[in-house]
Amino acid sequence: MTTEEITEKLRTIIEPYVEEKELLNDIKPETDLLEDLKINSANLVDIIIDVEMAFDIEIDDDAAERMLKVKDAVSIIQERVEA
Amino acid sequence: MDHCQTILKLLPYRLPFLFVDRYLRIDENGAEGEYTFREDEYFYQGHFPEYPVTPGVILTEVMAQIGLVGLGIFLTKAYETRKAQKFVFTSSEVEYLKEVLPGEKVKVVSEKIFFRLGKLKCKVEMWNANGERVAKGVLSGMIINEG
Repeated sequence: MTTEEITEKLRTIIEPYVEEKELLNDIKPETDLLEDLKINSANLVDIIIDVEMAFDIEIDDDAAERMLKVKDAVSIIQERVEA
Repeated sequence: MDHCQTILKLLPYRLPFLFVDRYLRIDENGAEGEYTFREDEYFYQGHFPEYPVTPGVILTEVMAQIGLVGLGIFLTKAYETRKAQKFVFTSSEVEYLKEVLPGEKVKVVSEKIFFRLGKLKCKVEMWNANGERVAKGVLSGMIINEG
């Protein structure tokens, strides 16, 4: 999968957890899930589980704790989808 | 002392906001416990003066204390280490199916959906003494280890 495809799929996964939908229009690699998209930290765990199901991958806790920015999430997903 | 009794003692709640009489079962997959609403619970004075009935928020609290917090203490093994923890209730989606009156005994049964990265999410149901389901929902909380 390309970075763009992963980012697009990620956007649909995180969409229900973002209250201000307009924030989703401008997703960049540097976008911080908690700071920029204002996602509740408790929902970050739900996102990780949704990502695991959607991409059919497993994300260990160490990797999950590194999923802070869009680029981190994309690279963690990419490594596992390809593995 | 079995782990259910230890966990009951480790609950951070105290009167008048402790809503667990005993745990019947706590394991990797879920928890089960009971609470009997006393006739003189403080909230019946206002909810409602002419017609006391247990508020939905209190039913939710009972479901959280039995189903979520008790299970959290078990899953983090805090009942072995007795390490101080903080519990933060992060979400609830509950349907109330039947009223619960003063003096009624309820049983709460929770089933773990997941426990990851300190977040516990459970499917929780509450039953009355006649075996009727009075509430059902999904509750989540975060467990924060202190020090």
